[in-house]
Amino acid sequence: MKILTGNDLVTGDVVWWAGDGWSRLVGDAVDVGERGDELARAEEAALRVVAPYVIDATVTDEGVRPAHIKDRIRALGPTVRPDLTLKPNDADAGNWVI
Amino acid sequence: MYRYDNYDQSIVEARVDEFRDQVQRRLTGALTEDQFKPLRLMNGLYLQLHAYMLRVAIPYGTLSGRQMRKLGEIARKYDKGYGHFTTRTNIQYNWIKLADAPDILAELAGVEMHAIQTSGNCIRNISSDQYAGVSADEVADPRPWAELLRQWSSFHPEFTYLPRKFKICVIAAEEDRAAMRLHDIGLKLVERDGAIGAEVYAGGGMGRTPMVSPQIRDFVPEDEIVSYLEACLRVYNRHGRRDNKYKARIKILVHELGVEEYKRQVEEEFAHMRTLGLNPPTEELDRIRAHFAGPDYETGLSDAIDRSDPAFALWVDRQVVAHRAPGYAIVNISLKPRGGIPGDASAEQIELVAALAEQYSLDELRVTHAQNLVLPHVRKADLYAVWQKLDEAGLAEANLDLITDIIACPGLDYCSLANARSIPLAQKLSERFAAQDRQAELGELKVKISGCINACGHHHAGHIGVLGVDRKGVENFQLSLGGSGAEDASVGQITGPGFSEDGVVDAIEKVTDLYLAERQEGERFLDTYRRIGMKPFKEAIYG
Repeated sequence: MKILTGNDLVTGDVVWWAGDGWSRLVGDAVDVGERGDELARAEEAALRVVAPYVIDATVTDEGVRPAHIKDRIRALGPTVRPDLTLKPNDADAGNWVI
Repeated sequence: MYRYDNYDQSIVEARVDEFRDQVQRRLTGALTEDQFKPLRLMNGLYLQLHAYMLRVAIPYGTLSGRQMRKLGEIARKYDKGYGHFTTRTNIQYNWIKLADAPDILAELAGVEMHAIQTSGNCIRNISSDQYAGVSADEVADPRPWAELLRQWSSFHPEFTYLPRKFKICVIAAEEDRAAMRLHDIGLKLVERDGAIGAEVYAGGGMGRTPMVSPQIRDFVPEDEIVSYLEACLRVYNRHGRRDNKYKARIKILVHELGVEEYKRQVEEEFAHMRTLGLNPPTEELDRIRAHFAGPDYETGLSDAIDRSDPAFALWVDRQVVAHRAPGYAIVNISLKPRGGIPGDASAEQIELVAALAEQYSLDELRVTHAQNLVLPHVRKADLYAVWQKLDEAGLAEANLDLITDIIACPGLDYCSLANARSIPLAQKLSERFAAQDRQAELGELKVKISGCINACGHHHAGHIGVLGVDRKGVENFQLSLGGSGAEDASVGQITGPGFSEDGVVDAIEKVTDLYLAERQEGERFLDTYRRIGMKPFKEAIYG
């Protein structure tokens, strides 16, 4: 599947296109098919996102999984600071990115 | 320490106001990201993996307690409670909101700091020796020249859009503690016939084409240093490659022109510059120099240190070095706790060091390119009190220049350019070699890790260097041996095929085992490597 990601213009937070808006949870990401570039341009113009780009991802038992490690780290947070990830209570969360 | 005059203060405040307006226009859509990006980068604001990142300049690594306290306050108020000290002696905040950036810059301006020219193809933060002004082996305090160059290079209209970024280092001692010859230009202050001047080195650097800079002049009188640098930059600005960013650094120009031809052109330009009267007035250097006059050290202090506490004695032996003034010492504060993140410090730790600087170090501290901190003027009688407070805050690790004093860039955990994570590897190495007696047995051994070929982690200059690469989406680590950023500067050589994260930890252990087996009396790891060469190490690693 193709999913769309970027950063929130104001906060800089990593965000994922959820079909009707942006979510901070990669699990909410939806397949944008061939519409990614068009959506990116529109959302950037609407000042909701900065530096959007389309990536490959798969759906696994654990939810949406970006194809590249860099985007998995973006999705989770820094693996060396579990307390700052989206799963602060899961000490093994960093293993998800590998 | 240098204090801003009205001119310094007004230009920094004007830049804050300008950037506030630019941010507002970005948030309202008057500026597109393409238009805004170069403007935010000129103010040190990057967009990294997780958020905006702000890089704050710490000129020549020197801070007052008040400035350090402000850095801690910013970490707590605007970030997630910590900052990261970098190999450029700057500090980076990883979680900045765009709308907050102008307020942060205003707060920095209030303590005579800024983020100007911490990005972009301009002259970056001037770096220097962390022991400047307090070591016995320097011919002069290099910081007045570093400050003069900071002022000269700030908003220099001719050098705002160079072919590529440009890094200058000034030292004044035989021992190079600042990796001077791995800068675009390095100045080493020397004394000749009673006069101060500079040896000039040009064309050093790391990145994808590491080079140790050659000397291009053996003496430039102190009052002509600015003109000579202006000539160096002009030749670079004229001929540096703008068509290929990977060949745009001055090191490529010096290499492709040849050292002699580059020198010839610089001398020609310098001769022209001399006719223009562009050297700063002597009074200005004198004005700056007055700010760096040595503090009024107490006299009659004892050099005795009570070493009855073994943990304190160990820390003294490793972290405390000689000061030029009797009764005083230089304290190195490790930001490399066991299993920790190299260079990271919490807001509380930053504020503690600020308080220690104020109470025990004549209100001054330093940041080192090895991502540690220094209290430069501590009375030996106060060392125990300082150590106790550092220990309570988790800052009393005794590992200066040992195998666990690892330099690591932020890597793929934070950096959008990275290919692999540097920090987890540094943490594993820190744990593997944690035993104090083992570290002491290995002696000076500098491990440096970069998460990509840009080499922010100085891996080329590591006695043991590690470069993270992306191999079909999987992290892989190349090992190199024999680099040095010191006065015996050299570029490390790759051992062979790369490793997994755990594999490179094992490989480094094999390297250290071989060193212990092969070393001769008094040899550091680097000495043994240079004597016996790569082959036995390769055999030990790859079988």
